[in-house]
Amino acid sequence: MNDAPAPLGLTDHEAYSLPLDKIDVSQGRLFQNQLHLPYFERLRREDPVHYCADSQFGPYWSITKYNDIVAVDSNNKVFSSASEFGGITIRDRRPEVRRESFIAMDAPRHDDQRKAVSPIVAPQNLARMEAGIRERAGKVLDNLPRGEKFNWVEKVSVELTTQMLAILFDFPWEDRHLLTRWSDVATADIAAGVVKTEEEREEILAECLAYFTRLWNERVNADMQPDLLSMMAHSPATRNMTPDQFLGNLILLIVGGNDTTRNSMSGSVLFMHRNPDQFAKLKANPALLDSAVPEIIRYQTPLSHMRRTALEDQEIGGKVIKKGDKVVMWYCSGNRDDTAIENPNAFIIDRKRPRQHLSFGFGIHRCVGNRLAEMQLKIVWEEILKRFDRIDVVGPETRVFSSFVHGIEDLPVIISG
Amino acid sequence: MPHVTFIEHNGTAHTVEAVIGKSLMEAAVDNSVPGIDADCGGACACATCHVFVAPEWEAKTGTRNEAEVAMLNFAAEVKPNSRLSCQIEITAAHDGLVVHMPDGQH
Ligand code: HEM
Ligand code: FES
Repeated sequence: MNDAPAPLGLTDHEAYSLPLDKIDVSQGRLFQNQLHLPYFERLRREDPVHYCADSQFGPYWSITKYNDIVAVDSNNKVFSSASEFGGITIRDRRPEVRRESFIAMDAPRHDDQRKAVSPIVAPQNLARMEAGIRERAGKVLDNLPRGEKFNWVEKVSVELTTQMLAILFDFPWEDRHLLTRWSDVATADIAAGVVKTEEEREEILAECLAYFTRLWNERVNADMQPDLLSMMAHSPATRNMTPDQFLGNLILLIVGGNDTTRNSMSGSVLFMHRNPDQFAKLKANPALLDSAVPEIIRYQTPLSHMRRTALEDQEIGGKVIKKGDKVVMWYCSGNRDDTAIENPNAFIIDRKRPRQHLSFGFGIHRCVGNRLAEMQLKIVWEEILKRFDRIDVVGPETRVFSSFVHGIEDLPVIISG
Repeated sequence: MPHVTFIEHNGTAHTVEAVIGKSLMEAAVDNSVPGIDADCGGACACATCHVFVAPEWEAKTGTRNEAEVAMLNFAAEVKPNSRLSCQIEITAAHDGLVVHMPDGQH
């Protein structure tokens, strides 16, 4: 069904006709046009640990099978996330735009900083946030146009994800759009035009820092509150961050929760539309959301990869990865590996072990926000099912040009009146 | 076969048969005990199989291994008797084992 390897034709031809050593899965266009899956299917069969000697991002290894990815992801002694070696994406972070944050640190510094913010998503805090998220989701859905075409991404996914972040930071509600703006500015490719120069980017991020510094100063002197900023201000591991570290961690938290949750929310509407049998099952039994939500996140795989750098020689799947090599774990491929997941190309909302997927990563960097993201998606769908009979996708979706963020920019839908 | 008991955060107890040589986590998952998510399937890479071992059983369940220590670092409400249940291998000596579960796994 949707996103399954494209049928025989040009795509398969392209993926299967190239000599193996010419296969370079890092190209954004493959993901934008949904051509990537046949490439990964071939690699999993013929060369699961694949070396590409020449790409726009330089030479890199691709890890494509589920179990090999778990092995790399949980071996953080050998496979480093540290920004000084290039960080966590296939594109090396250029030294002048490198900013510290714990996603791009190794133990033990990573551990202390992560510990300072992870209580925000502890079960009690999630429960506390739930009512607010639900109420606001309901409002957004109630105000959607009926019987007329609109972009689901803009009106629902972006709006609700922004609101979730505002709740998380206890950010001034009327200014919440700034969060999305800063996230876009922090991650945009200069070529994409969101900002025109690195200087412009730095100027806008300086505004972000100034805004948050003001909030920080209010909260550091107040009693501890269960929002992310208060937690950072009151925790010994993060209380004395330099402004640059503070900004780095802010951006991590804003960006980490933003595109990923947004794109899962957009993807979910598309998957339900393309799999009417699954949608019917869900409508008949909304309790299935507990497994439908992780299935949505597996099927979307909002981050196609995470990258590591080898700190010593290491054998994986019969190949020797050399010290200093760039190693890319393709979660989008592992999530379609039929040796780990049964019938992986199908979207099945009542799978037996739906949480067995790679979308959140594994090991010490495993997504801090994973249960929050699941809760947000579950709430949206519970509220959708209460209100709408169905959501029709009425045109082709537009996707993001990127081999990192697997995203949807435009999803035209109509909700009948 | 040894019987083991999982007690949910709300006090509900589940006594199930465990299989010697398999993990304590598998005893929960194979018997559909709620509250053990085990997202990574036992690779010690997710910390969503967190349990608290009843004090009288600590000697028989051993101590945390290195990878387990690293993962438990980030679990919510870690206590001295916290373990990842996928890292406890069931033996005949575990008949009667009792473990408690946290409020949620994440
Ligand atoms: C469906 C939604 C989401 C997906 C697919 C996702 C995916 C990921 C992945 C793959 C990683 C691992 C990075 C690595 O191994 O290098 C990660 C880490 C992280 N995520 Fe998420 N994420 C999501 C939602 C969120 C949300 C809502 C938050 C906000 C609280 C968040 C905050 C973070 C942070 C702070 C890290 C860094 C953890 C560390 O390095 O220890 N994520 N995420
Ligand atoms: S099942 Fe993942 S750590 Fe135990």
